Amino acid sequence: MIRLERRPTPSRVWAAASPLVAVALTMVAGGLMFAALGKDPFEAIRTIFWDPVFGEFAWYFRGQLLVKAAPLILIAVGLAMGFRAGIWNIGAEGQYIVGAICGAAAGLAFYPSESWLIFPLMVIAGALGGFLWAMIPALLKLRFGTNEILVSLMLVYVAENLLASAAVNWLRNPDAVGFPGSRNLGRWEAASNPELIAGTGAHWGVVAAVIAVIFAQIMMTRHLMGFQIRLAGAAPRAARFGGVNTARLVIFCLGLSGMLAGLAGLFEVAGPAGQISIDFASGYGFTAIIVAFLGRLNPLGIVAAGLLMALTYVGGEAAAANLGLPGAAISAFQGMLLFFLLAVDVLSNFRVRVGRGVVA
Amino acid sequence: MTTLLELSGLTKAYPGVVANSDVSFSIARGGVHALLGENGAGKSTLVKTIYGLVKPDSGSMRLNGKPYTPSEPRDARAAGVAMVFQHFSLFEALSVAENVALGMETPPPMRDLSRRIREVSEAYGLPLDPTRRVGDLSAGERQRVEIVRCLLQDPSLLIMDEPTSVLTPQEVGILFATLRKLALEGTSILYISHKLEEIRALCDAATILRGGKVVGEANPRKASAAELAEQMVGTKLTPPKARAGAVGEIILQVSRLSMPPASQFGTPLKNVSLAVRAGEVLGIGGVAGNGQDELLSALSGERRTSRETVLLEGTDVSRMPPSARRAAGLLTAPEERLGHAAAPDMSLTENAVLTGTARMGLLRNGFLSWSRARSFAKDIIAQFDVRTPGPGVAARSLSGGNLQKFVIGREVLQGPRVLVVNQPTWGVDASAAAAIRQALLDLAAEGAGIVVISQDLDELLEISDRFAALNGGALGEAVPTSSLTMEQIGLMLGGAHDLEEAHV
Amino acid sequence: MDLSSISPTLLIASLMVAATPILLAALGEMVVEKAGVLNLGVEGMMIMGAISGFIAGVETGSPWLGFFVAAIGGAAMALLFGVLTQVLLSNQVATGLALTLFGLGLSSLFGQGYVGIKANSLKRLDMGFLSDLPFFGRVVFGHDPIVYLSLLLVFAVWAFLKFTRAGLVLRAVGESHDAAHALGYHVRRVRMMAIAFGGACAGLGGAYLSLVRVPQWTEGMTAGAGWIALAIVVFASWRAGRVLIGAYLFGGIVVLQLNLQTAGAKVPVELLSAAPYLVTIIVLVLISGRAGRGGDTPADLGKPFHAST
Repeated sequence: MIRLERRPTPSRVWAAASPLVAVALTMVAGGLMFAALGKDPFEAIRTIFWDPVFGEFAWYFRGQLLVKAAPLILIAVGLAMGFRAGIWNIGAEGQYIVGAICGAAAGLAFYPSESWLIFPLMVIAGALGGFLWAMIPALLKLRFGTNEILVSLMLVYVAENLLASAAVNWLRNPDAVGFPGSRNLGRWEAASNPELIAGTGAHWGVVAAVIAVIFAQIMMTRHLMGFQIRLAGAAPRAARFGGVNTARLVIFCLGLSGMLAGLAGLFEVAGPAGQISIDFASGYGFTAIIVAFLGRLNPLGIVAAGLLMALTYVGGEAAAANLGLPGAAISAFQGMLLFFLLAVDVLSNFRVRVGRGVVA
Repeated sequence: MTTLLELSGLTKAYPGVVANSDVSFSIARGGVHALLGENGAGKSTLVKTIYGLVKPDSGSMRLNGKPYTPSEPRDARAAGVAMVFQHFSLFEALSVAENVALGMETPPPMRDLSRRIREVSEAYGLPLDPTRRVGDLSAGERQRVEIVRCLLQDPSLLIMDEPTSVLTPQEVGILFATLRKLALEGTSILYISHKLEEIRALCDAATILRGGKVVGEANPRKASAAELAEQMVGTKLTPPKARAGAVGEIILQVSRLSMPPASQFGTPLKNVSLAVRAGEVLGIGGVAGNGQDELLSALSGERRTSRETVLLEGTDVSRMPPSARRAAGLLTAPEERLGHAAAPDMSLTENAVLTGTARMGLLRNGFLSWSRARSFAKDIIAQFDVRTPGPGVAARSLSGGNLQKFVIGREVLQGPRVLVVNQPTWGVDASAAAAIRQALLDLAAEGAGIVVISQDLDELLEISDRFAALNGGALGEAVPTSSLTMEQIGLMLGGAHDLEEAHV
Repeated sequence: MDLSSISPTLLIASLMVAATPILLAALGEMVVEKAGVLNLGVEGMMIMGAISGFIAGVETGSPWLGFFVAAIGGAAMALLFGVLTQVLLSNQVATGLALTLFGLGLSSLFGQGYVGIKANSLKRLDMGFLSDLPFFGRVVFGHDPIVYLSLLLVFAVWAFLKFTRAGLVLRAVGESHDAAHALGYHVRRVRMMAIAFGGACAGLGGAYLSLVRVPQWTEGMTAGAGWIALAIVVFASWRAGRVLIGAYLFGGIVVLQLNLQTAGAKVPVELLSAAPYLVTIIVLVLISGRAGRGGDTPADLGKPFHAST
């Protein structure tokens, strides 16, 4: 018989080790999946996890790594705070889209001005867009008690329709023919989010992600707000007894995560994506959920998790190109990673006992 | 009398603790057998073993002379063993009849079942309406549901786990009459309690457990309460020192406080008024579920009430949140330790921060000083004799008594003007309970006002200067404790409701 | 805009078809939640049902076998969730999300070679002259068997929960797992069975999309239907009859907005496409705002159960 026995105090060792074990297990299971698809599992794992960093074309892939990791980390840091407090913002994808639309729209309103104020204005508009979109589930939760999971998720689909409408109608590039989309912000200097150091992939989004991580880390460990967030998640009733203002926490967590998601969207649309188009939404908002959990809802852990997840994206593209591995295999792989993590997590709170235990 | 159930050498160990060690005794047919012991003595593990919820590591049981090895409660019920739980066995959203059906092996169709519930409950003086939702019933009525559920199965052994903690003294009297009637009809009763007077009044045999071992058998009708207590605790207990503190000005004034219930099955507070003077202990008694939690949350600030309903030293704190009330000197300690007074998975240091930020200077410009918090936690641990490896361990790893000492210590060390505690010694071993009561009395002697909400009437009589009864969310007038008898208290608590004596 | 092109008969008939996937999924989730488990992975189970049913349907040529495999596929996904949350005691919200993300990825992986193919669909039942009756013929007697099966299932779930002992035990487990455990009921076993049932229902719902309603495989074709099913369970206050009403109301909105799009209404297409989601939010607000919050919610919903002894 295998039994689970609650540990008196959660194990720190396992809390730190479980993401690593989960990654290892996912590689094994993923390898089996690739083998089932008729690919050489070792080759596939190497292509995804090794080549982008150390392989022949690493100079190209390394830059891509930060490009993919920045939005993931930016969004996940915000989500993790809410998850810690038991406030489930599942609609970061929607906030990401709305942030991008608002940011792009704010900039395009001044086209073709070359004022240096345009990019800062877009940043503010992007953050504000994400913030306001996240305020919808927050305020509905506070006023009517609606479930923020369902509302924030429904708003993703609404945001996708908004995106389609922006790309096809009101943000459409009036000078272009053919495939619908906005003007290319990347080619308009005042509005573009360029690579700051050539070859690194580092754009303003990376800077924002670093700032967000430092801010979040200090807040979670030193500030009363961070303590209240952890308390509300660990024991809601004790939190109310301790004087935590639940309403303020909902506004703060949803607002901050919405703002960061909006920023991520803005940096993406002004940088790597370049324009508002129908297929702008790439699922970062959902993948960031995995990143947040994989990083143990801890800002520093999220950095590592974000880079790892970016690696699966970049490596997945390489594997698709070189080995013909279907792109969907990577999202299945990412989902699997979250599963294994949740499964291994049990070890930080429980001990596994085999047999019936010796009688004392 | 012949033997019904014989236990021999029962042993059950959990990691780090031996709950039962070589426990042997037997229960006579038609006898009322007491199982006596402190919290943590191993009583509940033992009854769970008899009821098939726990498998012993070694040892055996014989029922009616035949080997008895229930692997689940179903087997126990089939063998004629029934149990009335202390808590955790009723479903609030389901009806009385559905609750009864869930406790039976082969319940008859609902219509017949409802009829039988009415019959049996009338016959034993425990009237029940089978269609009512259990969530709407009082604590005493809920216990009736449990008892009727057992009686419908004609058990040969009825286990009762601390049954009187939810009853008024009058209701206790009626319960005892029912149990005596059952015993006369040949049902054996295993009666678990730590209340010695009850056992002396009801039981004809007693087994005393301490630290998981049987430390004695006694005839409770002959042994004195003091003898039983000494066997149960292992040492002589010193009653709290009497105080001679002068009572001062009114520092907490609650006037016409009304509050709707927070949840569907909660109790509303109705026009509650009370006054506490400096240096005084006000005891508030009441059967569980009569508004104790609600009163505490209205005082702690978890729920806000209308203006001018809660005054602390003349200042209106009714609209203040918990932290502001703490800063003003009104501290509280709720009943539920894990999850309410303390966050189970957080460390003791973090739990010290939970209520200590305002008064202990743990906060600078919104940033926490963890070193100060740690030394505050260490102070609590040292001064209140909390047995723990250190302030870094999770609250849930502490035993009930130790965690309760930590929770009370956390508030006492902040030097409150008024301290409100709910069930300060519930589920706590005798020495920890004595230490907690002494700490409350010492705090009062230093000039603080204390409100003790408790269901343990002995405790209230022991430490409070005045006593008031909470009944259905309404608070009666406070009277000096010295002039009260148990009988009067029982009537203040609402007497026996609609119960009647069993038709013997 | 030409509103006369919208026929009420067809509108009602097609709303029943549009509602069936959500009805099936919501009904299953309701049983799961009644047992005290919150499985947010409905979307993932639905899409896995959609692809596994579609593959089986294409490969064997039998839509019935497709539905069977879809139910198995949905239940298998659900059991994955069950093992994680009930045995390994992982967080139900996080695990449900993981199930959805995993299901979306895995389904598009499975569906690589099946984009753009048509599977054999289920035919409408021909009930002779009944099906030729005006209005009723099409609305009441003119559907495929799964529509009737889903209605039957609503009735069966209602009767199961209300009248059977197993249903009583399931409700008891959802109300208080500690009490149920103390009385000797197998909390984990009951919940596992409920979870598997919920998965099977979601799988059927997904397969109805890919085999009947569309009927094709496209990536992410559930498009939030699983989440809407979750919302409908809340809307229905955990009652089978109200799940039916909720699903049909929702189906009505979907069909109406599609009809309005084709009728050329002077409303942006995007707004019409977003309408079902907006309406879901509005309904959630109306339901949650109602007095007496949480009165019908199973008391132990989403709480982990670990028998300490």
